[in-house]
Amino acid sequence: MLGNFDFDVIRRALPYLFYEGMTFTLTLTALAALGGLVFGTALALMRLSGLKLLGRIAGLYVDFMRSLPLVLVIFWFYFLVPYIGQWLTGASRPISVGAFASSLITFIMFEAAYFSEIMRAGIQSISRGQPAAASALGLTYAQTMRYVVLPQAFRNMLPVLITQTIVLFQDTSLVYVLSITDFLGAASKVAQRDGRLVEMYLFAAIVYFTISCIASFGVRRLQSRIAIIR
Amino acid sequence: MIEISHVDKWYSPTFQVLTDCTTSVAKGEVVVVCGPSGSGKSTLIKCVNALEPFQKGDISIDGIKVNDTKTNLSKLRSRVGMVFQHFELFPHLKIIDNLCLAQEKVLGRAHDKAVTKGMALLERVGLKEHAQKFPAQLSGGQQQRVAIARALAMDPIAMLFDEPTSALDPEMISEVLDVMVDLAREGMTMMVVTHEMGFARKVANRVIFMDRGEIVEDAPKDDFFGKPRSDRAQKFLSKILSH
Amino acid sequence: MNYNWNWGIFFQPNPMGTGTYLDMLLSGLALTLKTAALAWVIALITGSIVGVMRTLPSKGANWFGFAYVEFFRNMPLLVQLFLWFFVLPELLPKAAGLWLKQLPNAPFWTAAIGVGLFMSARVAVQLQAGIGSLPRGQRMAATALGLTTVQGYRYVLLPMAFRIILPPLTSEFLNTIKNTAVAITIGLLELTGQARSMQEFSFQVFEAFTAATILYLLVNAVVVTAMRFLERWVAIPGYITGK
Repeated sequence: MLGNFDFDVIRRALPYLFYEGMTFTLTLTALAALGGLVFGTALALMRLSGLKLLGRIAGLYVDFMRSLPLVLVIFWFYFLVPYIGQWLTGASRPISVGAFASSLITFIMFEAAYFSEIMRAGIQSISRGQPAAASALGLTYAQTMRYVVLPQAFRNMLPVLITQTIVLFQDTSLVYVLSITDFLGAASKVAQRDGRLVEMYLFAAIVYFTISCIASFGVRRLQSRIAIIR
Repeated sequence: MIEISHVDKWYSPTFQVLTDCTTSVAKGEVVVVCGPSGSGKSTLIKCVNALEPFQKGDISIDGIKVNDTKTNLSKLRSRVGMVFQHFELFPHLKIIDNLCLAQEKVLGRAHDKAVTKGMALLERVGLKEHAQKFPAQLSGGQQQRVAIARALAMDPIAMLFDEPTSALDPEMISEVLDVMVDLAREGMTMMVVTHEMGFARKVANRVIFMDRGEIVEDAPKDDFFGKPRSDRAQKFLSKILSH
Repeated sequence: MNYNWNWGIFFQPNPMGTGTYLDMLLSGLALTLKTAALAWVIALITGSIVGVMRTLPSKGANWFGFAYVEFFRNMPLLVQLFLWFFVLPELLPKAAGLWLKQLPNAPFWTAAIGVGLFMSARVAVQLQAGIGSLPRGQRMAATALGLTTVQGYRYVLLPMAFRIILPPLTSEFLNTIKNTAVAITIGLLELTGQARSMQEFSFQVFEAFTAATILYLLVNAVVVTAMRFLERWVAIPGYITGK
């Protein structure tokens, strides 16, 4: 019961939780979002390129990734990456890449599928009349994209992209299955060591909740601002 | 039948939409409400069956106050038919089911009685053969005639029309107005928000002109078209009758 | 790649004495489907209630719906499962907590309820959007006919809203199936969990994960096809969704 709730356990664990755990979580989130954005843009462009084969490959990749549970994908890459590394470097045995690199690759590959769909939807949400009107005014294809389509599409997808990044931030907690010391992993380790599951998990929940709440509040602000501009 | 006295409505202290509106519609009377867009005419008609709340004044229908918390609004509304600008048929229900839903759920009529009633009304608006279709398979004019039949199926004591023809293509307006004219000639009590002055000339007893949330003119039809007393009504009339 | 492939592994007996490794994976698949089915029922029911609350003309209901969605959306699913599994029994009165801890199949119930509540917030958001996308006049038309709020939702708003959100609901159902894999962390031996233990026992990593992957893809294909049929089944003639 809450009667013997031990705040001191949390206080003593704070440096470990944040310097080790949260640093890992935030770094992983930021780098995975960045990498996912780059790879996701490439996938989206492939699908919108009009080149059948390229579009098919990208489509298959996206559908494939979106059909699998993230946990399974994490396991896949954890075991697969060393072999791919061996193949790439021509080493004689599977190379060990470390927990961080392995999870970073996982999340980039996984999130790219989701990011690319958001971008595709954003670009397709622009009504066909817009590029038509732009070319009627004499703008070239490149100018149409640059000045008419992309600015609108970007506005449509920015809030969704950030929301997806918040989901990514929460999803990074799943590296728990590889016993990695991310924020939740750190909390869990302290919880097990000190036998203080209630305190540590409640605290972890509150921290995740607060960060996600603030971020989604920001997204809503952004959305209403964009709505006014329109 | 419909008594509206000193009705005020505002969204905020600086945003008044209705100011001291007073008028009435007697039994069997047809009253046309017109005015420029944003004049509050649609808001006023929606206040009559309490679809829109208002802050001051009273409205009563057949002696029952709509702004009384003790009034059974559902029962009151079921006795007042309403036709909307965008028809508002229920897209997932067949035409005949659109007519039966409220008869059964609100009035508690048996299904076969409701169907008989519904079919009779569909015949009356000339759409009997469309009973098994869905709203999206009908033209706008047909949908609006169905909407009128749906309202009539409740045996209303009065009918409210909120710009019934302004969402229609020009060639479909007359088929809807014809139904409304017939209804008026049969003695239905009607309050009609519309810009169709031809309709007003034909069947209205009185014409109300609204501007900026106020009732500027409330006169018998012949007086209104003969010589409107206010500048605003004159200007409005010359604008909509000039072409 | 110097990896010893052994696709025959699936037909070798597993160390649990429950048949072959393939049987092990299939029992995992069955548990995944069972957990997801129960979770989905919970998500649909609670999500619909909360989604409707967010669209009611009541400040209190709106606020509750908002808080509910934010609560379940802003915490990782894994953390939520830990809260239900490890923390809740400690916070309850001793007897209740003990009963919870000794519950047979505790991981299954925790996973189904935990994933169900997590997904209910997303169902609520979808339903709110679906109801919000209906023309405002639909609610008014239902009210004007005398339907009560409950009847309006039951017969008019919800049938259309659910049809509109059927495609996003399909993805949410697929997400529910995928999310049950998170319950591996509380010891639920669903498909991913069984693949993982097959890998630990047999060291045939890639065979195990390939099999699990294929099974997930199959489940996806079946669900997507089934939902296509459902979409066609409930489609309304003449009505173009997504306009």
